[in-house]
Order: sequence, then C-alpha cells, then structure tokens
Amino acid sequence: MTLMTQQERLRGELESLVAQYGTARNALMPILQEVQRKYYRIDDYAIQVIADLLDIHPVEVHSVVSFYSFLDFKPKGRFVVRLCQTLCCEMADKDRVARQLSNDLGIEFGQTTPDGKFTLEYANCIGMCDQGPALLVNDKVHTRVTPEMVNQIIESCRQVFGLHATQPMEH
Amino acid sequence: MITSTCKNLTFATIEAGAGLKRALELGQAGIIREVTDSGIKGRGGAGFPSGVKWNLCAAAKDPQKYIVCNADEGEPGTFKDRIILTTYAGLVFEGMTIAAAAVNAPKGILYLRGEYTYLREQLEAELQALRDDGKLGENACGKKGFTFDIEIRMGSGAYVCGEETALIESLEGHRGEPRNRPPYPVNTGFDGHPTAVNNVETLAWISCILNKGSDWFRQHGTEKSTGLKLFSVSGDCDMPGVYELPLGITVDQLLAEVGGSNAKAVQIGGASGRCVPGSQFDRKIAYEDIPTGGSVIVFGPGRDMLDVAQNFLEFMVEESCGQCTPCRYGNPTLLEGVEMLRNGRCSAGYLKELVSLGESVQISSKCGLGQSSANAFLSIIEHFKEEIMGRTVDAV
Amino acid sequence: MSDKPISQDTSRAPTSQKRATPIQAGAKDAIGGSVSVTIDGEKTKVPLGTTILEACREMGVHIPTLCHHSDLCIAGVCRVCVVEVEGMRTLQAACAFPITAPITVRTHTAQVRRSRRHIIDLMLKYHYGECYACGRNNNCELQALAKEYGVDFFRFGHPDKPMHDVDRSSHSVVRDMNKCVLCRRCVRTCIDLQEVGVLEAIERGEETTISTYLDKPLGDVVCINCGQCINRCPTGALRANDPTDEVWAAIEDPTKHVVIQTAPSPRAGIGECFGLEPGTPMTYEMNTALRRCGFDKIFDTNFTADLTIIEEGTELLIRLYKALVEKDTEVALPQYTSCSPGWVKYLEHFNPEMIPNLSTAKSPQQMFGAVIKTYYAKMHNIDPKDIVTVALMPCSAKKFECNRPEMCDSGFKDVDYGLTTRELGKMISEAGIDLPAMPKSDFDDPFGTATGSGVIFGATGGVMEAALRTVIELVVGCKVEDLFEHADILPVRGFEGVRYVELPITEVGPVPEIVSHLVPNWDWLKGATLKVAVAHGTANAKKVLDDIKAGGKFSECHFIEFMGCPGGCIGGGGQPIPTSPEIRAARAAAIYAEDADCEVRKSHENPAVLKIYNDFLMEGPCGHLSHKLLHTGYTARGKYIS
Repeated sequence: MTLMTQQERLRGELESLVAQYGTARNALMPILQEVQRKYYRIDDYAIQVIADLLDIHPVEVHSVVSFYSFLDFKPKGRFVVRLCQTLCCEMADKDRVARQLSNDLGIEFGQTTPDGKFTLEYANCIGMCDQGPALLVNDKVHTRVTPEMVNQIIESCRQVFGLHATQPMEH
Repeated sequence: MITSTCKNLTFATIEAGAGLKRALELGQAGIIREVTDSGIKGRGGAGFPSGVKWNLCAAAKDPQKYIVCNADEGEPGTFKDRIILTTYAGLVFEGMTIAAAAVNAPKGILYLRGEYTYLREQLEAELQALRDDGKLGENACGKKGFTFDIEIRMGSGAYVCGEETALIESLEGHRGEPRNRPPYPVNTGFDGHPTAVNNVETLAWISCILNKGSDWFRQHGTEKSTGLKLFSVSGDCDMPGVYELPLGITVDQLLAEVGGSNAKAVQIGGASGRCVPGSQFDRKIAYEDIPTGGSVIVFGPGRDMLDVAQNFLEFMVEESCGQCTPCRYGNPTLLEGVEMLRNGRCSAGYLKELVSLGESVQISSKCGLGQSSANAFLSIIEHFKEEIMGRTVDAV
Repeated sequence: MSDKPISQDTSRAPTSQKRATPIQAGAKDAIGGSVSVTIDGEKTKVPLGTTILEACREMGVHIPTLCHHSDLCIAGVCRVCVVEVEGMRTLQAACAFPITAPITVRTHTAQVRRSRRHIIDLMLKYHYGECYACGRNNNCELQALAKEYGVDFFRFGHPDKPMHDVDRSSHSVVRDMNKCVLCRRCVRTCIDLQEVGVLEAIERGEETTISTYLDKPLGDVVCINCGQCINRCPTGALRANDPTDEVWAAIEDPTKHVVIQTAPSPRAGIGECFGLEPGTPMTYEMNTALRRCGFDKIFDTNFTADLTIIEEGTELLIRLYKALVEKDTEVALPQYTSCSPGWVKYLEHFNPEMIPNLSTAKSPQQMFGAVIKTYYAKMHNIDPKDIVTVALMPCSAKKFECNRPEMCDSGFKDVDYGLTTRELGKMISEAGIDLPAMPKSDFDDPFGTATGSGVIFGATGGVMEAALRTVIELVVGCKVEDLFEHADILPVRGFEGVRYVELPITEVGPVPEIVSHLVPNWDWLKGATLKVAVAHGTANAKKVLDDIKAGGKFSECHFIEFMGCPGGCIGGGGQPIPTSPEIRAARAAAIYAEDADCEVRKSHENPAVLKIYNDFLMEGPCGHLSHKLLHTGYTARGKYIS
C-alpha cells in the first residue's frame, strides 16, 4: 500500500520533470540528474517510467545510468564521499586520507554505511590538483584534506541528520 | 571559497562587454576574420584553429545552430577552467555570445562537469543577470533580430565527455561515446544541427581578442602557437596554481616560474599528455612541439615513474567509454604490463610488444581519448627504461 | 553501392552516424557529385559520400570488418577495418569514413596490419571458448579474422574460465556473453531494426558488456524471440535454443510417430548450409533427406498456410460485415495478421490495447500441430499421444510459440519442437547426408498438395498477396489473373519497410458456398475501397502502429500484414547466417519462383483444404471446431519488466 503511494508520487514527479524538460531524448540527462539528486539513485521503477514517458526502452536508460559515474542504480548514502584518486591527489598522500575515511565510516570504498547515510567512493580527477588531497561530499568540495580533518568533515554531515533527520535532504 | 594561486591574469583587466560590443559592430564576417587573424587554437588541448571552426559552422546551412561551451574539464592536472568559471564567467558567456553572432546560432549550452556542480548556482545567477540586462534573450545586446540565450547542462562524471562528440552524445541523452568523424559537429552536431564546441578558456580569450584586437594577441606566443595560455600547475613544485604564460615557453622557464627547478620530469597535457624527462626541458610548450590543454604536473627527484604510468593507465581504463576495441582492451593490457614491470616479471620482448600495442592503440582508437590514452605509458617507457626494468619486488 | 541500410529510417542513432547526404560547406554542387579516391595506388571515382569500405569493395580490395553489417547503421567500434588515409595522423575506420574530398588510402601498410592484428589479439584475450566446441565453428567472423591474420598464439593471453553464466532462460535465444566481442550488432539490431530494445551496452570501459535490462534473464524481459540478433552476431554469443537432441531421440524411439512440417522459407535457405548460393531451392531434395534422417511423415506447412488464409480471410469478412453492415462500432479494424510469432509477442508487449485487432487465427505452424494431432491422428488411427510433431521453421520465435501454454487445443502439445533451418542443416550433416546430391521426392499425403499462396507466406507481403488472391476471387467473382498479370499482385511485393495499397471493389460476385453461411451477399462491399498495408521488421511495425494511434492513414486500413523479421520469414532468425539484403532477395526470388511453378496458386482452390472443410471442419471457416482448433487468444503482457 505504502509502496504504491510512493510509486505514484514518484511517477507524478517524473511526469512533471518530463513536462519541464520535454519528451525528446535530449531531456534524459537532466531528468536522471534530478532523480539522482532527490532520491540518491535511479531505481528500477524510475527507469521504466522514464523510458515509457520518453518512448525509449528501459535498457537504454539503464545503459545510460550505468555509464556515468554520478548516476546510480544501486542505493547510495545521503552523503556520497568521493575521494580523488588521480595522480596529483595520489602524490599528495591521498592514501592516508582514504584509510582514515574508511576507518571513521567503518566501510570500505565502494560501500554504503548500513544506516544509509554515507557512501564512500573514489573519483577521478575533480580539478583540485593544486590543493590535494581533495574530496567531494555530494556537491561540496574539500581540499588539502588531512587525516585529522576527516572526522570533522564526517561530523558536519552527521549534524544535518540531527537537525533534519526525517526530511529528505535538499542541497 | 576555493582559491587557487593565480596572479596577473589578463582576464582581470578586461572590461566586461567591450569585446562583444565590438564584435556586434564587426558583424559575422568581421568576427570570424578577427578570430582567424588572432591565430587562436582550441585551448582544450586538441588545438583546432577556432576561426576555421567558426567559419565552417557559419557556412553550414541550417537555421538551428548551437554554441556549446565545453566546461567538462577533466584532464588530470587541469583546473584553469574552474578558475575562469569561478571568477571570469562573464568573459566566457561573452565569448559564447560572440560565437553566436559569428555563426548565427540562437542557442548556447554550457556543459558543466558534474564535479563542478557547486559552480552552477552562481553561473545561473550570472546568466539571469545578463538576461535582465538585455545581454541575452531576444534582441540581445540591443541588436534587433539577434536572439541568443545560454542554458547550463550538467555532466555526470565521465571524462570522455570532454571529447566534443561524446559531449554531444551526452547532451542528446546517450552514453558519452564519441562519434565517428567525419562528419564533424560543425556540420552535424547537437540534435543533427551545426554545432561549434569551444573550450571555456578559448571563449574567454576570444572575448579578449575582440576587445584588444588580434594584433595584441599575436604579440604573444610563437608563429604557430599564438597568444597567451593558462597553465594549471601541480605536483612537486613550490607554487602550484594557475599561470598565464605565452605559448612557446620552454619547460625550464615554466619550472623556474613555479618553483620546480629540481624536477626529474614533467607531465605535460595530463593523463593524455606526455612525460617530459629532464633532458628535454629545453623543449617548447606549443602546438608545434609539446601540445597541451594546460596541465603541468611536476615530478620531483623521488617520484617513481612507474607509479605515474600506473595511475594514468588506471584512469584511462576507468574513463574509457569502452566502445572501441583498442582502447577498451588495450589499456587494461598495458596496465597488466605495468603490474608485471612492478613485479619485475616483464621480459624485454613482451615490453616491446606492449610498446607496439600502445602505438596501435594510439593510431587505431576511435577518438582522442583512446588515441592519447597510451601516451603517458609510452613516454615513460621511452625515457625511464632503466628505472622501471628488472625490478625486484621489494624495490618499491 | 551507397544503399542505405534497412535500419536507416527507423534507427534513432545520431544522424551523424547514419548514411546521410554529405554536406560540405561551400560545395554547392556537392550533392550527387563524385569524388576521386586512390586506393593502394589505383585511382577511381566514387559517388560523394561513399565510405572507404564501399570504395574498396567496389575495387575488389578486401577490408576485414566485424562490427559492420550491411543492414545496420555505422558503428565504427571494432576498428578492424582501419586503413591509412594520407595526411591524417591516425588510422581511419574504413566502414565509417565517408569520402567527401579526394583522398589517398593505403589498406595494408605495416601499421595497418599491426593494428588489426593487435585488435584481433585483444579480442581473443577476452573471448572465452574454443572454436571446436562452438556452434559457430566455421561460420564465425572472429575465427575467420584470426585465420586471415595468421593468429597462431594468444599474444596477450586467453581466458581459461568463463566470466559469465550462459543465459538459457529463453525458449528461443541462448546468450553466452563469454563469446561476445562487443561489436554491438545485436544492440543495433534490437533497437534500430526491431525497436524491441532488449539489448544494450552497460557499464563502460573494460567493464562494458551487452546486457538485458538490469541483466535479467532473456526469458523475463520483453524479447520477442525474433532471433534477428542471432543472425547478425559475428560469433557464438547469441544462438538459438537447439532441440535437435530431443528430436533425434524421438526419431529413434520406435513408439513415436514423428511428423515434420516444413515451412516455405527453410527450403530457400538451407542450401546455404551446404555451400550453395542463396536462393537455391532445396524443397524436394530436403524431403528425401528428412526421410533418410528418419522422420515418419513429411508435410508441407503450406497446407495450413492456405487454411490460415481461409480462416483469417473469413474473419476479416466477418469483421467488415459487422462494421459496415451491422454498424457495430466495437469491431476492431484494421485486422492484423497473426502468423508471425515475433510480431505477435511484440504487440502483446508494446501495444496490448490493440490485441483485439489481431486475427485470432493461429499461425500455420500451430494450426498444423492441432490438425495433425486430431484430424490426421483420427484418419490414420494413431493415438495422438504417440505423435511427435516437429516444425521446420526459419524462425526462432516459433520455439517460443509452440511452448505457449495455450497451444494445446488438440489435448496435447500441438507442436512439440520447433527446429530452425540451421538446426536441420546440422542434423542432415550429422546423418552424413549430402543434401544437394539428394534425389527429389514429394511431400506426404494427405496434406501434400501445396498452393503458390502458401509458398509466398515466406516473403514480406506474401500473406497479403495470398489473402488478396482469395478475397478478390471470393468477393469480386472474377479471376485474379484478370486484374493482375499471372496473379502476381506486385504492389504488395518488395522490401520497402512499409507498403500501402488500395484496391477499389467496383464489382461484386455471388457469395461462394464456403462462406455462404456468413453473409447474404456482397452488395455492401460494392464501391468500397479495400485498404491494406504490409510492414516487416517490428521497427516498421511500430511506425505503422504509432500512425494508427495518431489516427493517420493506416488507421483507415482494413487489413495489415505484419512480419516480425525484416524481409519476412526468409529473413527469419532461424535462417542460415549471414544475412544481407542480397541474400534475402535471393531467397525471396526462390519463393516467388516456386509460386509461379505451382499448379494451384490460390488458397481457396487447395483440394486438401476443401477436403478438410468437407470432412472435418464441417461448420466451415470460423465455425465451432475451427475456433477450437485453429484459433487462439493472446496475452496482454505489457512492457513493464518485473
């Protein structure tokens, strides 16, 4: 019952996104990005509804979602921590930051905390090469991150849950 | 909020709107002539003459054309476009508007990489201000019949979308897989319409060129690589940051500027660029010698060059779109070779085979990414053989 | 040369990747012009926009290809066809490079050969499986390339264990991604040519694979089983679900009476399995081979093709009568043909709301199964439980069709096994039979007499032509030959993706006996214009259906023939590999030649058909027993994948 309601709500949202961006194929990326932003993933139902509304095949949407690093089919945490792994950050000792992130969140890279709050990932060059190691927490960038700073970054995210624990995150 | 060291940029001295004003006076042919005369080539790395590109696009017969600003800056070691968009976005939008006037395009799209989402809000605000000011929209800049507006579209984390046809694929809602060329986007681009795709920096420079004249631009650089260029400098140097320098500068000169004179090697052009060893620091950074999109990564004496090769190959393996065979399977094969070298388990014969494979990847891949994906590996093998061969496992 | 691929009009690939009229800035006379090209030192002129590959072929220069397919839009992804173009820094894919200015091409320089060899080596590094244990042994494009480039060791290694499970969930198509080389022909086939959209590339880089939606089993997604992907797969990654072991077991079981019905298209194709030119008819040699394989009876599916025409034609007349005379607004028109199981499943998935338009007549294969296990069993006093019916079809979807749970109207599974042309070719080889050398022999009675109308079911437009031959004679009362020379209704023939024909009915004749229980007279049809259409390949079907939904001209049609496969059954997913427009045209020519040779060319004149209505289906076409045995219902499947 609840599931139905959620699906209906999602469908309504998708329909309004399509109304906003159009039914042409070139509307696909903005629609997917909106869904990802709001739901932290693009699930089976969303894919099929989007495909239906744009008159393309679900496998085509699946194909696009799987191509881009920032679009996910699997559920992601409310905060996705992406540590840059490309050369300059690597040279700036990103491994120590990686270890600390892993320790403080209690997960390995590629995993999501059991409470669904954090996902830890590597990213390729995020354009902070002069200020590495750098990482993104959702859209926010942190530079010259040291292992000691990791805890503070995570705690500042956790505070958001304290204040708005029951509301979907908008950022 | 995010500051990189950058001093004395020409962009800081440019009066907003002056270039565009002059462009509109010059008209279509005049703008293209000015840009062609300046000799400016694409600042993203590929180095295609912008004037030629615009001329082709202007000549294409289609009422619907697009100006796309490629802000999918993803080359490792490059961050100058971020700086430009943070501080001088007005010049970029102005450059797009000039491009629109030159090729007669009613619509512009700024394709911003997903990693730079934090820039979007401010960019949208600037666009709105331009609209409110009559600089964008119908009868833009007070010129009757000139309609131009800019929309921001986001990337979603794919380096290959910096390749212009992959970018267009992405805009069209597809996987970011580069297309066969020809036909080129200037004829058949976004949604099948003629499209001029220009790098952020190129557009900003064009605003300056229209403002200060092509002669001013040509004063800098070399004959084949005219003008000034922004360099993103990182790695083992005292003052990483963004530098504005004339093209044709030698590696040595650049290193002196950034405090990296004791460097062992410099990677110019990022993961798709080449590794220049100390013995070649007298070479010029210019389209005719060492081309670059502006990425300069300095390696100090202690760096293991095999680490560099490995990191860049890992990057290419992850960022390859995977459609063409040489890039999809060639790079993982090279990466396995690096692993063998690391373990001291690669015969000279197999290394030769890998180099040969790398060369095949360079010439037979479909797009610029694939064609340059083995560059770093090959140049490191070429210049640092004694460092990487015959390793014992605990040497690292 | 420069013909557009058949998926050109339906493909949603970027316009830049299609064969387009070349646009060259400034060149006013560019369109329709020609351009000079020098290939390996020899100079020639080609039409502007010709690809290097086409130019080379024209000159007799061989360029290896893998991702290229003449039916599909350009991909340029395998890179095996790279050549040197003077003045260009990198090699160019010959298949994807349109010549718009004079160029000089070299096709086998050292770097070209080295690159191609490396590309093949890389494919083999990721291609699991040994050639001798593969269904495509000796008919594999990767194998052929390896041979061409003298591959005698695995330069960069070779997988020693499979990376993917083989997907055997579908009745029709087996998917073994261990053998996939990512040429994406299947993707382009499934989306551009068929608009089914089951297969796409997922992930990227080294991780890229061809996948179904969320990697679900093929049996659980919206696959219509058309097998067009199989026909275009260069390797053994996609193949049909092969029941030959079961068929052999039935043949060798003395308690079983094994009956095979053979459709028209396999006869026109099977010769290709034995090295014959496409379009070499093997009808009567195949009958002998089947007998020698041990089948007890060999029947001609054309019999039930004729029966289908009577049933489906009658159904159409009933619908028209209800709509035009009784003004019944509920009647679903246009009526769609239902003999192509790929098309039927397409409609069930993508337009279930249009199921009422689908003729309820079963396909000839299923009609035959039901007739064999009832009428024939009774006539020959054989317990139907001991009868095994095998259907030789050009089709992979027929395998799914015979396994539909509702297809048991005889009280048994009406058709036990669907066999493709390729699989029969294999059985014949296995039996040591040299098909082309077989003496000729006829079909078995009582269904032996075929008509030309049944035969042409194999080509797109054939069902429509057969139906029109009958409807014209039944309604207008004249001979088809009076209206169309040799009774060849040419407007419905050909390979155009969608065809539309209008036939004004100016005269009507008396109602013939076979349908006299259904309508009092034909006066209500006098002055009417019969509007019909033909579409083949489900992407073309989609175009027609979209037009109908939008109230376009096809919504005014009375009858539309839809075939799931491009070219109709002669291009079916069970036919010999490879396929191309030329091969399909040759097979179609064989079929039309067989039609022209037939003594009886109209379904309603088939004596065996008349006899079955006389002796067995005594209530006539669309009567009660007909309905039970020869008609069926459909399942609204929808396109949502659960």
